[in-house]
Amino acid sequence: MLSKKLWWGVLSVLFFSFLCGCAPKQDSGKTTLTIWHWMTDRQAAFDQLAKKYEAASGVKINFELYAPSDAYSQKVRAAAQGETLPDIFGILGEKRDFSSFIKAGHILDLTPFMSEQEGQWKKKFFAKALAVNEFNEGNSYGIKTGFYGVPIDVMTIEMVYNKDLFKELGLNPQNPPKNFKDFIEIGKIIKQAGKQGLVSGWGEVWMVDCLANNYAFNIMGKDKVLATIRGEVPYTDPDWIMVLDLFKQMRESGVLANGIVTMVNKTAEQLFANGKAVFAFNGSWCVNVYKGMNPSLNYGAMLPPQASDKYPMTIWGGAGSSFMVNARSKHTQEAVKFLRWMTDNEQQAYLADATQNLPANKECLKNISKILAQFADDVELTTHPNTWGVSEFPAVIEALDKGIQSIIIGEKSPEQVATDVQKIKVRELAKKRA
Amino acid sequence: MRIKSTLENYVFVLPAVLIFSIFYIIPFLWVFQLGLYEWDGILPTKIFVGLNNFKEIFSADPSWWQAMGNAGYITVIALVFQNILAFLLAWACDREIRSKNFYRVIFFIPPILSEMVVGMAWKFIINDIDGANIINRTLISVGLPQLAHNWLSDPQTALTTVAIVHCWKGFGWGFLIFLAGLQTIPRELYEAARVDGANAWQSFKKVTIPLMIPVIVLVAILTVLGTMQAFVLIIGLVGGEFAGHTSVPVLRILASMRGSSRFGYACAQGITFGVVLVAISFIQYRFSKKAKA
Repeated sequence: MLSKKLWWGVLSVLFFSFLCGCAPKQDSGKTTLTIWHWMTDRQAAFDQLAKKYEAASGVKINFELYAPSDAYSQKVRAAAQGETLPDIFGILGEKRDFSSFIKAGHILDLTPFMSEQEGQWKKKFFAKALAVNEFNEGNSYGIKTGFYGVPIDVMTIEMVYNKDLFKELGLNPQNPPKNFKDFIEIGKIIKQAGKQGLVSGWGEVWMVDCLANNYAFNIMGKDKVLATIRGEVPYTDPDWIMVLDLFKQMRESGVLANGIVTMVNKTAEQLFANGKAVFAFNGSWCVNVYKGMNPSLNYGAMLPPQASDKYPMTIWGGAGSSFMVNARSKHTQEAVKFLRWMTDNEQQAYLADATQNLPANKECLKNISKILAQFADDVELTTHPNTWGVSEFPAVIEALDKGIQSIIIGEKSPEQVATDVQKIKVRELAKKRA
Repeated sequence: MRIKSTLENYVFVLPAVLIFSIFYIIPFLWVFQLGLYEWDGILPTKIFVGLNNFKEIFSADPSWWQAMGNAGYITVIALVFQNILAFLLAWACDREIRSKNFYRVIFFIPPILSEMVVGMAWKFIINDIDGANIINRTLISVGLPQLAHNWLSDPQTALTTVAIVHCWKGFGWGFLIFLAGLQTIPRELYEAARVDGANAWQSFKKVTIPLMIPVIVLVAILTVLGTMQAFVLIIGLVGGEFAGHTSVPVLRILASMRGSSRFGYACAQGITFGVVLVAISFIQYRFSKKAKA
């Protein structure tokens, strides 16, 4: 009997200890800000900044890394459901997802802070970087006009070329192809020499979408692209077929590397960094990646060669990564203060140097590397779907991307793909109207 | 007294029931409930759409059925080749051969490797990106250059290549279960068959196969369930759905969740997929009962 009582006693102690363990930690008096992010290559630099900020302000900063990005994305969504988001976090996804977070009350409107002191903070950023975090008047998402995120860095997605391989092929390394015709001609030379041409992560498809959109802007201009998204112009329009036909031309010329349709970007980066491919289609983050893989790689950045003179070449870019403040955090003021500090010139210059990413603060471009400066030169030519105010249906984007893959493997013609995509567009529009 | 005893029994099973309910039954019911809604996974509001998500799967989503077909194709290849290979190797290792323990270890290495690692390693062996492809080099060196090509980037061969790698990765499980099953067959039965004049083939046909039917059915069910749900290996090998040629149901569910932010639709796809798997397993079970009878 005694042992039974003893047994229950031990169990009760254990149970209550367990419950106590679930209680929140006692506040030590020091404010702690928790920041979630997915950027594996930046954790060390972030930790350094956190130490510096704690020493200066007494506020402790915990940068918590969750990778890969897919897992991070799911974690943020789950935390939003459970109301357990940290003080500061980033959102990976489309503008539609961003707007849902705002509508659900998870993100603080930063407009008042950005506008303080005649918009001093706002003015530090590249306009394109800020645009990704901005909701304009009359936006289709129904979000109040304003800024809801702080860009940490900017990126551009364009082409890079190997200067040594250019020399080897008898081409001028200071003169990369400016138009599509020249690009195709170089493709033929590459094929004859038995080299690999363009590498990119087209197995993951979103980069195919990116290049297709670059050419859509170049061939038909922004207004027509947006009209297509709104359903006013069909994908069977001759301009869209012309865009799709460029991929057919690339396949036929041999400018595309073998197996590009199943290539992930990491493989593409390895091939280019090891001098096994002449061109790569990649984002400005590649500077840091290539530096890690092959510090002596001799390469330059270039815009995708123009296919038309009607409209300027526009590339995807803008904010590379942004941070948002949790509107339900107990420390919103401190969080904003920290982000303001993090985007100050000194911190931005440190991040640019340590991570080889383009700073979001345009006042910090003086000391960046030569190759990074080439990417920076093109920031003003960037656009991003998140700044368009309208979004294409995911099913349509998927059909377009898969269709381009089919063109590259010679399975479908540009006309067939255009028809398939338009069918899905019509279906999705009908669904939306219903 | 009896009531007290009954209550005591319930108290003992209560923790297990609670854990099972919290981690299995409630999530399952929640998934089913979500399947009736249009929801982006972020907003607190969900729009009730009834059975529309299920209707869409059956009437307006050909990519889903293409994915089911692809998974079915890989499953058939795995059921036939992977299991025959596993059975033959288990049968060989069950006999008195030299170094059989060594083979047992070797055959069980592929299943314990990460699917992503296997995918990346085989990609290096198969895909012809920079001329380092081992398979193509071998084909050229043995005088078959016409067969050398991009195995994973060719729509004609991509899915079959994925299926073959999947078989290589998975046959070790079948091997282990078959081996365990073979070892339960009393040796006396083989002795008796030999005394009755049966040769090796007749012993195999009349003794081994009938006694192994429950094990074969078990392995077949596990193969179907495991293969239909494969997707990590596909990401490792071809990076994703490759113009639909390597899309499988789990990749479609992920695309609905992540690409389209349609959690409700993804749940409906998950339920449909689950029902198909249960139905296949049930048919296999019925078939095995019939075969045993």
